[in-house]
Amino acid sequence: MVFLPGWVEPLAGSLWEFDPVLGSFCAKAGALPCVAGLGPSQRRPSGSKAMAMTGVPYDCDVLVVGGGNAALCAAIAARRAGAAVLLLEAAPKALRGGNARHSRNMRVMHDAPTPWVRGRYPADDYLADLRRVAGNADDGLARLFVDASADIVDWLAGNGVRFQSCADEVLPYSRKTAFFLGGGKALVNALYATADGLGVAIRYDSTVRGLHLRDGAPAVTVGEPGVTVTARALVVASGGFQADSGWLRREWGEAADRFAIRGTPHATGIPLKALLDEGAEPVGAADRCHMVAVDGRAPPFDGGIVTRLDGIAHGIVVDRDGRRFADEGAVVGPSRYTAWGELVARCPGAVAISIFDAAIETRFRPSIFPAIRADSIGELARDLGISPPALEATVAGFNAAITGGGGTAGVDPPKTRLAEPITVPPFGAYPVRAGVTSTCLGVRVDERARVLRRDGAGLEGVYATGVVMAPNILGCGYLAGGAMTVGAVFGRIAGREAAAYALR
Amino acid sequence: MPCADDEAGRIAGEARRALEICNACQFCDGYCAVFSALKSRSLVLAADLTFLSNLCHNCRSCYHACQYAPPHAFDLNLPKSLSLVRQQSYRDHVWPPVLRGRLPGAGWSFVAAVTLAAMALVALPAVLSLPAEVLFGRHDGPGAFYRLVPWGAIAGVAGAVMLWSLLAIGFSVASFWRGMGPAPAGAALWPALRDALRDAASLRNLGGGGAGCNDRDERFSQARRRFHHALFYGVGLCFAATGVATVYDHGLGWQAPYPLLSLPVLLGSVGGVGMVVGTAGLALLKRRADPGPVARSLTGGDCALLAQLFLVAASGLGLLAMRETAAMGPLLLVHLGLVLGWFATLPYSKFLHAPFRVAALLRAAMEQKHSPPLTRKRSLR
Repeated sequence: MVFLPGWVEPLAGSLWEFDPVLGSFCAKAGALPCVAGLGPSQRRPSGSKAMAMTGVPYDCDVLVVGGGNAALCAAIAARRAGAAVLLLEAAPKALRGGNARHSRNMRVMHDAPTPWVRGRYPADDYLADLRRVAGNADDGLARLFVDASADIVDWLAGNGVRFQSCADEVLPYSRKTAFFLGGGKALVNALYATADGLGVAIRYDSTVRGLHLRDGAPAVTVGEPGVTVTARALVVASGGFQADSGWLRREWGEAADRFAIRGTPHATGIPLKALLDEGAEPVGAADRCHMVAVDGRAPPFDGGIVTRLDGIAHGIVVDRDGRRFADEGAVVGPSRYTAWGELVARCPGAVAISIFDAAIETRFRPSIFPAIRADSIGELARDLGISPPALEATVAGFNAAITGGGGTAGVDPPKTRLAEPITVPPFGAYPVRAGVTSTCLGVRVDERARVLRRDGAGLEGVYATGVVMAPNILGCGYLAGGAMTVGAVFGRIAGREAAAYALR
Repeated sequence: MPCADDEAGRIAGEARRALEICNACQFCDGYCAVFSALKSRSLVLAADLTFLSNLCHNCRSCYHACQYAPPHAFDLNLPKSLSLVRQQSYRDHVWPPVLRGRLPGAGWSFVAAVTLAAMALVALPAVLSLPAEVLFGRHDGPGAFYRLVPWGAIAGVAGAVMLWSLLAIGFSVASFWRGMGPAPAGAALWPALRDALRDAASLRNLGGGGAGCNDRDERFSQARRRFHHALFYGVGLCFAATGVATVYDHGLGWQAPYPLLSLPVLLGSVGGVGMVVGTAGLALLKRRADPGPVARSLTGGDCALLAQLFLVAASGLGLLAMRETAAMGPLLLVHLGLVLGWFATLPYSKFLHAPFRVAALLRAAMEQKHSPPLTRKRSLR
């Protein structure tokens, strides 16, 4: 029997029942009430460990690995279904919430305007958007997902998450996404408060080092030195592997060393790899990432939304040899961030430089880092550590190629839109790198969020939600607000199903 | 810009850095007026710092929702940064200008010294001129208070100090208004003023977009807003009581003290209780607040104003309760001294937050009325 002094306070779901009037869990008549002095998450029923028929001791009914949006939705759904739930968040409390803390909105289907989303976004439109980005992802699962997205806002609101009224004129118009009031960290705070209030046992600083799925009940090893936790059912909601530099380098070569990771440093993919090693069927691609172009001075982790470079399309972009390599005017809409992330990741050395002059600079939001400035292109090149003659030649060639209509002629590659000469000093530059949001490798799940093996059978008692299974829906594509919806929708399903499995 | 010394420059630089990160994020734009006002500015200039820092109600919702708050590498602490700039703006626009940069810091010692001096000013003449049996005697009937301190002295000294303070506040606000940069040309003043006063009266910006603010920690609550309402409307009722009493005395010839169920006493009692509850509640919230988003150096000045208002109200209520006993004389002197001290410190204390914030709300409403936020991008350079 595993003994975890002061670490896991087991909860047996059978001793608690959901009170629909109070909307909370109450001890059943005859069960021990709360132990005095312990908060709701530490309520310990009279028996210390529940025993299954096999004699295997369980530390909880449902064990949730992860601490972001998907994990919290799973934990709350499982707890509301009557299970004793333990959630293991790798991050410390102050940095909890995975990539969800950097998120902003959620893409939801709706047939009529709601207080949170304008207009309508019918299921067929949503599915069409999914097919556009995800290609041949599982169509049946996508339909289920889209239908389930319709009431996820209400479910989250019922669990404490606050959404921004779409009548708020500060919001950009959106008929597809509902915005979290205060953003993703506010959502994370609300869900943790709800989970804690419901009696989910939450443990921070709890990195999962290994999964053990072969001998009946799922178990995980946590922390250093390892402690083993056994559960009746397991929900894996631990995200991608973008924070594992070694794995990223194996997929991307040395370019990976130049990537900034935009989210949590705890998405090291250990549970994902363990699931694949246990025979789970991979979906998506190991060598693809969601990425955007960020200021090269972004911190190695957790830079989030603010390091994105807004104005790349307005000037020119050169590689470390001072040469242009792409049509800066090709993408000027919201997907320009992603387009440039991919382009820069594949540049020599995975770095590039955005160059503009004092006139162009007025047309975009500046980086949060100061521009590198000089009074001549040659000086700017010297400051940037690239060859002055090369950059001078590039800029001169570009300026000479500009035509009246905002495009270029006779320069390769062309700039098809927003082409303006770079002539007004001081000249400015931002270093550009690829900022990775998440990797695109996941495990196959079914409509109950069960993890499937390559042979199509389910891994017994193992469920997945969030980025670790998002490629089932999104493939390797990106849809604004889509990943948060995948996490919440499948989190809710995984939690409910895991609880049903655990309490069967 | 207010860069009188390195510290001011550092404070402004830190606030600018924070606001530039906020402008790139904008996740908090549903919380309060600061973020919509920020959205229309690509660059944060010194005037914008003055404006935005006073528009901030220090509700701290943005801190608890901030993915860049410490221990993040960006170490973003917008409420703290803005409160430091705000404090700086009080000092930059103080009147008369000779005091600029010379006022003591944001601690409580200045307020305490002025209050004690005012109390001495009120008490000493009475103590020196009145025999003990008058000072500690029982007085009742019309004019009882004036047997201790003549009405002319009360009205003359308090009136003169109040006049000075109102004048100083007026000049300070005018200087602050200019300090926010030019107002949007052609913006309708009166509709904007109506919006600003409604926001000030309702403290909409302490609402956290609906569920309240983070008074103490990441949980939302309306407590701070309610305590502030109790204090604000309590002060209002006390001024109303004074006004009614003035009419009674000079218009109708009825001299104070007034009976318990009279209008001045009722207004003053309810107002006094509101002030006591409000100040005590706000102090308690301050004491229990998460220290993360709080600028420790400002707590002294904040608490000094709360203490002043608490003591003014408590001594007034005490006077009401004990006015027929021998304690009336000393209590009256204490109460009048505290009120005089409060009047005298108004233009030089945390009290300036009230007129400055209303002015900032007015500026925000004028910008809002002038044009919708997304079409007001200021050019870079």
